Amino acid sequence: MKFITAIILTALLSFAFGLFTALPWWSFAITSFVIAAAIHQKPGKAFLAAFLAVFLLWAILTFIIDNANQHLLSVKVATILPLGGSSFVLILLTAFIGGLVAGLSALTGSYLRKR
Amino acid sequence: MRIVPLIISATATTALIFVLNTQLTVGTGKTPRLGYFLSPQQGFWQNAEPADVSFDKNISIAGIKANADVYFDDRLVPHIYANSDTDAYFIQGYLHAKFRLWQMEFQTSVAAGRLSEIIGEGGLKTDQYFRRLGMVYGAEQSLKALEANPETKAATDAYTNGVNAYIGSIKENELPFEFKLLDYKPELWSNLKTALFLKFMSFDLTGQGDDDLWMTNTRNYLGYDTFKKLFPERADSLDPIIPKGTTFDKPSITVKTPAHADSVYFHKNDQAITATPPIIPNKNNGSNNWAVSGAKTKSGKPILCSDPHLGLNLPSLWYEMQITTPTHNTYGASFPGAPAIIIGFTDSIAWGVTNAGRDVKDFYDIKFKDTTMQEYWFNNEWKRSEFRTETIRIKNKPDDVETIAMTVFGPVMYDQHYKSRNEDGKYYAVRWTAHDASNELFTFYKLNHAKNYSDYVNAISTFQCPGQNFVFASVSGDIAIRQQGKFVAKWKHQGDFVQPGTDSSYMWQGFIPANENPHMENPLRSFVSSANQMAVDSTYPYYLGRSGNFPVYRGFLINRKLASMDNITPEDMERMQTDNYNVLAEFTRPFLLKYLDETKLTREEKKYLDLLKTWNLRNDIQEKGSTVYKVFWDSCYKQTYSDEYSKTKLPMYWPEQVTFAEALLKDSAYAFADNINTADKKETWKDVVLVAFQKACKTLQKASNENKLEWGIFKDTYVNHLLKIPALSRLHLPIGGGGEMINATTANHGPSWRMVVHLTDKVQAFAVYPGGQSGNPGSKYYDTFIDSWAEGRYYSVLFLKKQEAESNSRIKWHFSFVKA
Repeated sequence: MKFITAIILTALLSFAFGLFTALPWWSFAITSFVIAAAIHQKPGKAFLAAFLAVFLLWAILTFIIDNANQHLLSVKVATILPLGGSSFVLILLTAFIGGLVAGLSALTGSYLRKR
Repeated sequence: MRIVPLIISATATTALIFVLNTQLTVGTGKTPRLGYFLSPQQGFWQNAEPADVSFDKNISIAGIKANADVYFDDRLVPHIYANSDTDAYFIQGYLHAKFRLWQMEFQTSVAAGRLSEIIGEGGLKTDQYFRRLGMVYGAEQSLKALEANPETKAATDAYTNGVNAYIGSIKENELPFEFKLLDYKPELWSNLKTALFLKFMSFDLTGQGDDDLWMTNTRNYLGYDTFKKLFPERADSLDPIIPKGTTFDKPSITVKTPAHADSVYFHKNDQAITATPPIIPNKNNGSNNWAVSGAKTKSGKPILCSDPHLGLNLPSLWYEMQITTPTHNTYGASFPGAPAIIIGFTDSIAWGVTNAGRDVKDFYDIKFKDTTMQEYWFNNEWKRSEFRTETIRIKNKPDDVETIAMTVFGPVMYDQHYKSRNEDGKYYAVRWTAHDASNELFTFYKLNHAKNYSDYVNAISTFQCPGQNFVFASVSGDIAIRQQGKFVAKWKHQGDFVQPGTDSSYMWQGFIPANENPHMENPLRSFVSSANQMAVDSTYPYYLGRSGNFPVYRGFLINRKLASMDNITPEDMERMQTDNYNVLAEFTRPFLLKYLDETKLTREEKKYLDLLKTWNLRNDIQEKGSTVYKVFWDSCYKQTYSDEYSKTKLPMYWPEQVTFAEALLKDSAYAFADNINTADKKETWKDVVLVAFQKACKTLQKASNENKLEWGIFKDTYVNHLLKIPALSRLHLPIGGGGEMINATTANHGPSWRMVVHLTDKVQAFAVYPGGQSGNPGSKYYDTFIDSWAEGRYYSVLFLKKQEAESNSRIKWHFSFVKA
């Protein structure tokens, strides 16, 4: 239950803070850290919950944007980066980076509480 | 709390965020801040515009005097309806910023010598060049003139406020894509930036002057007598803008050639000059324009055509729009960065421009007392220099400071600090008309408001730099062309080479009054035209600059075609603008074939010869013969002259194509056909052509193996993103044409805006440009027109009154500007 709650709250707060575009892009690291400190889980679980939360959030957001855009920009960016021009790989990379930052922040939050 | 894992984990988290928040160096470039760039709510994903996006918007805004409306048609072309000119220019600025903010900011940064602030040290060479050339200085001078005029000041103030209203309204996530990629932010706009943008156009279109240094090298290397043979006064095949035989008024300025010019200037042959401008405007920067009167058209009304040839870039240099206020109703191509329409038409008249190509930039050899540049020798005494300091800020590096000595001629561009391959220890000052205060915008402002011929003459009479051929046609039936600019009254060959800077006798002696510039109204032949050729024949009383700056063949063909045409329709004009007929090949192929000894060719080589023989002289995309011709032609040219130039590594000019072509046609014993490196043998055209063809066949064989023999594939035209990023560019476009054709499309250069205006009582127009209305690479409107442009198709433009716009079925979106 804690696991699911952590996922939902982490995703929700990441999204909400992301709406304030004047904040730095990594504001979700702070919220993920706070939630992991508040909802206490084992370090591994805390990491996984936050990772999944932001991974899924970013994957879904970018998937929706990319479809509406008919992959116009993602193909160009995936060529510049370079990811072989694959929108899919670019979405995965985006989601993975978001997940990793959230996961590590949550891990830190979890260690803060751990006795 | 477990301290050790906590510290490790916290450190790892911080380090990861730090890395993702830093621009990393990869190869020669930098990555974006990856975390930021990939963030779905802030980064580039926010620029991925939905394909079915609606542009409808209500904008409540301070800064306008009354409510106004903008209707966008299905091509995203805005039609502005405002109650005052200043409101219209405010909205124009807002729209330019909304759709093209990054390019406006980027292009003016380049013009201002501030590229290093954006991309770091890699921009320093460009920045030093533009600062030392005096771009900022020139823009400051022009800004004064622009702001001293109440009309252009009001227009530009309103425009600037409009741009800034948009910049002030956007959030971080709405920043254009390239700002996120390069990781910087837009500054507020200013009138100076508009002046800088226009100054950049002056730079791009007066590149003729930059050749002084290379020409001096060439003269020194060849000696003046040989030089004169390779660089003749004018081409025989020239058909000038003003027909041969026209009589000109007596000049009001008598120009004196300096007393010792023969020894001090022409035959001077000291150490070669090696200073090399790091940026040279494309030699093909040119254009076509023409107008035919009602006597030649099916409708009995004039038709005007204009297609400026410039570098092909994305986002495009042009932004298409209509501006309607109680004082005027104008449509055409605007520059994101400046108010008003630059090439277009009103409900009464139409105008277009081509580059005049006159030399208005000269270099002077300055003799300083010592390396401090405090004093220089001028008119038999030491004269004190003034200094201008330019500070170039470099991203993540200390500033670079350029201290530029200012002389009576102008800024000293090349000195001990800034050599640019200048190894002879000399100092070169530059005199350029773009350094003088001028108000080019006023011309466009007045053309936008013009109703008739006298308004047109009045509008262009003050235009200074870059000199243009302004073509004109009106609903009332007039056609005209005028070459206008601030042109220097020069003695013959003044400024072809570097001039002595120790003596006032080499300074410019005056400027040609506007009414003595070449012009023509309603001629008997019922058409006017220009294609960057020399404007007049040798009876014109002033020197125009060296003939190599004036291409010959496009103008020749345009005049030949127009002379023979009747009952012309706009469709005929579209076909003519996109015509791929190769008149250079028409002239030269018979001679190439005459001199080529077929019996000495292999079977493989004869295959290519057959392609050349059966070719229809058109550079259409599928033609293989045009590729054979081009490769063969270039090979002949190289074979003829490479021996003359083989003993130098200095930057040099080679003869013009037309010089070579005319030698081939007229001089069967051309001296330069002989290879000077073979003392025992005297080669003739036959030898040159045979070896050249054999060499060409090797290139053609290679192209054939790669399936690149068809002209469109061989030429391989592309429209390049301003940052030269292939993924943001459009590559491998199927378009024919070439440098000497009316459709002057080369690899990355060509017609940047094609326009045909039919001046019927309700003006009709057809236009296309190789770009799209949106500058956002994530928008489907980014490159909308490129395929049509490549195919030679045009759009019928909507030129609407407000009531028509409200109900037109091609109008898709509406911006409502409400005064706050």
